[in-house]
Amino acid sequence: MTALTASARTTARNRREVLRSVGRWLGIAVIGVYCLAPFYWMLVSSLRRTSDIFDNSLLPTVWSVESYLKVFSGSSNFARALGNSLIVATTTTVLALALGIFAAYAISRLNFRFKSAILAVIIATSMFPGISVVVPLLRLFSDIGWINTYQAMIVPSLSFAIPLAVWNLTTFMKQLPYDLEEAAMIDGATKWQAFRKILLPLAAPGVFTTAILTFIHSWNEFIIALSMVNDPAVQTATVAISKFTGASEFQAPYGEQMAAGVIVTIPLVIVVLIFQRRIVEGLTSGATK
Amino acid sequence: MTAVPTAPTIRTPRTGSRTPGEGRRAALLLSPTFLVLALVILYPLISAFHQSLYSSESGLDAQGFVIEGDVFVGLGNYLEIFAGAESGRFYNALGNTTFFTFTSVALETVIGVAFAVAMNRAFRGRAFLRAAVLVPWAIPTAVSGLLWRWIFQADGIANALSGQQVLWTAEGFASQVAVITAEVWKTAPFIGLLVLAGMQIIPEEVYEAAKLDGAGAWRQFRSITLPLVKPALLVAVLFRLLDALRMFDLPFVLIGPRKSSVETLSILAWDSSNQLQYGAASAFSIVLLVYVAVIAFVFVKLLGADVAGAGEQRRLRRAAAKRGGVR
Repeated sequence: MTALTASARTTARNRREVLRSVGRWLGIAVIGVYCLAPFYWMLVSSLRRTSDIFDNSLLPTVWSVESYLKVFSGSSNFARALGNSLIVATTTTVLALALGIFAAYAISRLNFRFKSAILAVIIATSMFPGISVVVPLLRLFSDIGWINTYQAMIVPSLSFAIPLAVWNLTTFMKQLPYDLEEAAMIDGATKWQAFRKILLPLAAPGVFTTAILTFIHSWNEFIIALSMVNDPAVQTATVAISKFTGASEFQAPYGEQMAAGVIVTIPLVIVVLIFQRRIVEGLTSGATK
Repeated sequence: MTAVPTAPTIRTPRTGSRTPGEGRRAALLLSPTFLVLALVILYPLISAFHQSLYSSESGLDAQGFVIEGDVFVGLGNYLEIFAGAESGRFYNALGNTTFFTFTSVALETVIGVAFAVAMNRAFRGRAFLRAAVLVPWAIPTAVSGLLWRWIFQADGIANALSGQQVLWTAEGFASQVAVITAEVWKTAPFIGLLVLAGMQIIPEEVYEAAKLDGAGAWRQFRSITLPLVKPALLVAVLFRLLDALRMFDLPFVLIGPRKSSVETLSILAWDSSNQLQYGAASAFSIVLLVYVAVIAFVFVKLLGADVAGAGEQRRLRRAAAKRGGVR
């Protein structure tokens, strides 16, 4: 123990407290600016008039939704692209969850050989570079006439969606106690009933979190959608945005690009704001448990 | 203290002997997953390897249909990559991929850890911080590329704020800086989140003990925080390394395809397949895959003991033992 007198200790402590709280708020401010400033810039730029687009003022001098109207006007077909993204991401999520729930149940509740190896294989597949999936499947899909279809984007997307879903769901199900299911089975329920009536309802929050993560990943997917589709009518939003170009490289419609970027990102930001606690839990559970 | 396994430790509910029924049921439940993975992972793997041994003499006929005549060339495609006329482009892409990966992951790790320390201290603003940190993570990479392209415009905000006249999105070193900046912005917060989660399971008593021994903030960070979050940090860094190696969206959207200063292996493979050079494209993607596997293997081998959390107990004990005397 150090031998400081009580009074000396309190003044030192007070000074340290002040310093610490200043440091704390400074840290919060720095992180906030770092994370939000670029996003804020996209939002502000999207709300300027095309004539003011190169202004660097913090707020638009004249607020305008001109860019947003342009995004949804006939030429860019952006509403269609958003619909395509929604279809692809939703289908991918539903399929990955359906398969993932059964796989995760088997891994978390059943005794069988090579379990760790099987889980390791499933996780290893998530390290697979997208391009290594795209190049061969592109040829296969050309041969069977799948180019420019939704399934040409959904099926390859499962290559990252399934490992993600299985991993997350397994982590969640492992945390759930087994006693309830066991009790139900002693009372004569079958394994299937115990799974359906007890485990599934308990795992619902985990399933929901996994759904959010999988959806965000599929919604943000780019390389598969870019390679498998060249018809603007089937293109997803991320690809459509990357192809928003004006007449020449020097006349890129920046306002429209920013507006489209905001539209694609806003739903995700809203989901993140509502479910932030769950998302962080889902993101970190695999790494710390 | 919970260790950080690379895969969660598997504890089955019942410690009974395996019944054949369970194995069958498990096989049944896992089969759909494995069927799909066979189609989207195994088939592409075999197909890419097979294709990389052939040269596709493809061209377009008058109607614009692809004519294919595959010629077996053995390791010809690989020889072509490593020593052929086009090998310069390959080495350039390999160099870019390596440079981007290690630079951005190093920066992300430093910034991420700093963020985690700051977030761990913030009691009031924690909800705000958590939301703010998730924003860069949630933005689609393609949109983030577009957004930074706008920021880095010749007469954009980046030049305006810094008073520079740099052409960030053209070519050369400036465009590499632009890519790394955008990459770090998007992923450092993610590392911060994972490290924060690791920090929150460190028992307060360890810090109390260090304080009693007169350890300052820096000393506490170096001797307690860092060693104890190391497992979580290593997992995060490994994920990020493997992710950065396949970088595609960001350079593609931010700078563009076929730009030598930012062409990664993924972009090169994509471009080759776009030119209908499937043999070369497959060879590139196999090389990338091997690269990813080697990095993963080396990383786990070099730091495997720590990933498995072995070093952790030792350090905890040492940290506790330090209470014995002040240095």
